[in-house]
Amino acid sequence: MTDTPASKPGQTEVWITGIGLATSLGEGLDANWAALQEKRINVDEKGFAPYVVHPLMPVAFDNQIPKKGDQRQMEAWQRIGTYAAGLALDSAGIKGNKDILSKIDMVIAAGGGERDLNVDSGVLTAEAKGANAPGFLNERLMSDLRPTLFLAQLSNLLAGNIAIVHGLGGTSRTFMGEEVAGADAARIALARIASGESDIALVGGSHNGERKDLLVLYEFGDFNLKDKFAPVWARKDHPGFALGSAGAFLVLESRAHAEARGAKPFAKLTSVVADLARRKQPGDMAATLEKLWGKLPKREGKSAIISGATGAEPATSEERGFLKNHADLPVRSTGTVFGHAMETQFPLGIALAALSISRGALFPPNDSTGTEIEMQGAPTQIVVVGAGHWRGEGMALVEAV
Amino acid sequence: MTAPRDKLGRPVVVVTGMGIMTSLGAGKADNWAKLVAGESGIRTITRFPIDGLKTTMAGTVDFVSVDPFSSTALSERMAELVTQEALEQAGIGAKADFPGPLFLAVAPVEVEWPQRRELGRAVGQLDITYDDLLRISGGGKYSAYHHRFMFGSVAAHLAETFGTKGSPISLSTACASGATSIQLGVEAIRRGETDAALCVATDGTVNPEALVRFSLLSALSTQNDPPQAASRPFSKNRDGFVMAEGAGALVLESYEAATARGAKILGVIAGCGELTDSFHRTRSSPDGKPIIGCMNKTLADAGMTPDQIDHINAHGTSTPENDKMEFNTTSAVFGELAQKIPVTSNKSMVGHTISAAGAVEAIFSLLTLEHQRIPPTINYETPDPTILFNVVGNKARDARVTAVMSNSFGFGGQNASLILTREPA
Repeated sequence: MTDTPASKPGQTEVWITGIGLATSLGEGLDANWAALQEKRINVDEKGFAPYVVHPLMPVAFDNQIPKKGDQRQMEAWQRIGTYAAGLALDSAGIKGNKDILSKIDMVIAAGGGERDLNVDSGVLTAEAKGANAPGFLNERLMSDLRPTLFLAQLSNLLAGNIAIVHGLGGTSRTFMGEEVAGADAARIALARIASGESDIALVGGSHNGERKDLLVLYEFGDFNLKDKFAPVWARKDHPGFALGSAGAFLVLESRAHAEARGAKPFAKLTSVVADLARRKQPGDMAATLEKLWGKLPKREGKSAIISGATGAEPATSEERGFLKNHADLPVRSTGTVFGHAMETQFPLGIALAALSISRGALFPPNDSTGTEIEMQGAPTQIVVVGAGHWRGEGMALVEAV
Repeated sequence: MTAPRDKLGRPVVVVTGMGIMTSLGAGKADNWAKLVAGESGIRTITRFPIDGLKTTMAGTVDFVSVDPFSSTALSERMAELVTQEALEQAGIGAKADFPGPLFLAVAPVEVEWPQRRELGRAVGQLDITYDDLLRISGGGKYSAYHHRFMFGSVAAHLAETFGTKGSPISLSTACASGATSIQLGVEAIRRGETDAALCVATDGTVNPEALVRFSLLSALSTQNDPPQAASRPFSKNRDGFVMAEGAGALVLESYEAATARGAKILGVIAGCGELTDSFHRTRSSPDGKPIIGCMNKTLADAGMTPDQIDHINAHGTSTPENDKMEFNTTSAVFGELAQKIPVTSNKSMVGHTISAAGAVEAIFSLLTLEHQRIPPTINYETPDPTILFNVVGNKARDARVTAVMSNSFGFGGQNASLILTREPA
């Protein structure tokens, strides 16, 4: 039996030396941390009514993407990600450092870009009104699609834009596959650094939740949260996720590489594991989470859990069942506070775990059901849980250095 | 008896199973026979109306049917078929119990026009907005579309069907995706995480919008008549690539594990390399440095020097820029050898299978090693005088081939190369 491997003890320690966040709560670590302390949530129940979304707190894109031409070549999800990636490079102190950027390895978790809603609805409206010539769709697409829109939609062009804007010249891999793609990106980057294949990597993702084409996709499965916001744990009778806009990036680095350049770690990334539960029977997913939990190195410190539970069912109830087995650990939900940012949720969870460890406190609970309890003292170990709304389970252990 | 570890002390990674499908046909035997005979799989598109399109031909896989049709469903079905072929050859594991992870190169997934049009019709009014589509999308009637159009759907299906272990990875590095899937498998084995990996690449995205997208970027050939002559890598009158469908699957194993179970070794993945180009979204850096660096990294990874490469399976897309850039960068790495080493582009016959190309061409490279015969680059009637490759033009050539470099370059600055050999070095 071969399992999804964890990094082996005794391999190179991997530090988190940079974090970049652009979310519905704001940009940068201080703004996000302050909002978490104040239990602020930025949720929009009207703009996409009846659907609830967590809109991006506006940022000055010029600060990280100085060329307007570059900004025009991107759709919102790429701008958010390129911006957050720049913040992570700043945070690690390597922005503009050509020696390091020329070899940094990117592992990006990405979906796809937004469609041109006017083109789509224009075609459908014309067809409803009788346009039925064989080449009608071809002609409309040829004349109406913006020639470079494709590049703003392609999954791997988030990485492409980050490379162009920030001058990255190492390797570049883009993983797709919704939530677990974020866990797999961290898992592969960690394995490569731990084994010595790589010294330093930029890992993360970005998501624009303010998109009707995405809402349609998730509405097919009745996954969207409607009408009224509630914390993730309080949605059992009114399930669903509220899409969130967010970019979350991490700079992962071997301890030796970080120490050689005098970089300070937020925390270390000890292990990332992932699996694909069949989810055919009730309990399948919870059993897989329990299996992943057992694969993480032993927890002996002051521990907590940061969950990326979506609020969609039955996945959220399955995850609650798993969490009940570990009820002594304080839990926090990123979905409640930031909304569901799909591929980005797992890197966001790692970022918040590293931030909590480096700031010596877990952020306060934000929940009406009692699932989230207060934590006293500084956490030294935080488990990040990322269970997809439909498929895929990931888990990471972030520890104090 | 060869050492189970390479010059750098890592486990040697071998190929023990291969499956392939292109517009030429299904399976290794059929594809190889047609490839060395110089047949083209490019034809006028019949899957959807071509009125109003500048490019009306492609290398479609029309002999595989899926119902209801979508590009994602076709990609999935092709991936399933090539994986079956590869697993049968490898004889590894048990049915639905592959002893290692899955790395899948797949085109980005999205809701497609047939489904969008179905929604439009269901709205039942003359003016249709996304709010109208949203209003009718829920309630379970279209839940299958959610499952179909998840980015991870193809990988999840393959993982469940073939019992691969752990979290399957779906990846995209544009036209280098197939090579990246192999590279991920090689790395996992070298790290000692697994003894075997299943690397699959598939692309079934010849649909109207995909064709229009590439057309609007002026990337496609418009020499529609005759379609078989449209893809002409290294020719003076080349004018773009030809979209195509296909899939490839490779079973990778450590040499040690493969020999321990008595598996037949089909070839070795001796080296992999990749390097990002941050110059432009669709164009290579004019100095070619990232591609040069990519090839050099691959040689270093294989512990080889340019004179040990005796065949290049080129990216050779037939776009004006790519082929010229590929010659210039190859010359920078290989010096005068760039004009001596036989070079071919499979895309002259099967077209550009985009996300699948890296794997499809790695398999053709391995078949080249097996048969000691290099498939031709067809439509090579008017050589580009500035591209001084030793092109295997129009007719297959018998040759002593011990090590092949296979290149893949893609949008978004993606460059990846592989070196494949017959025997462990």
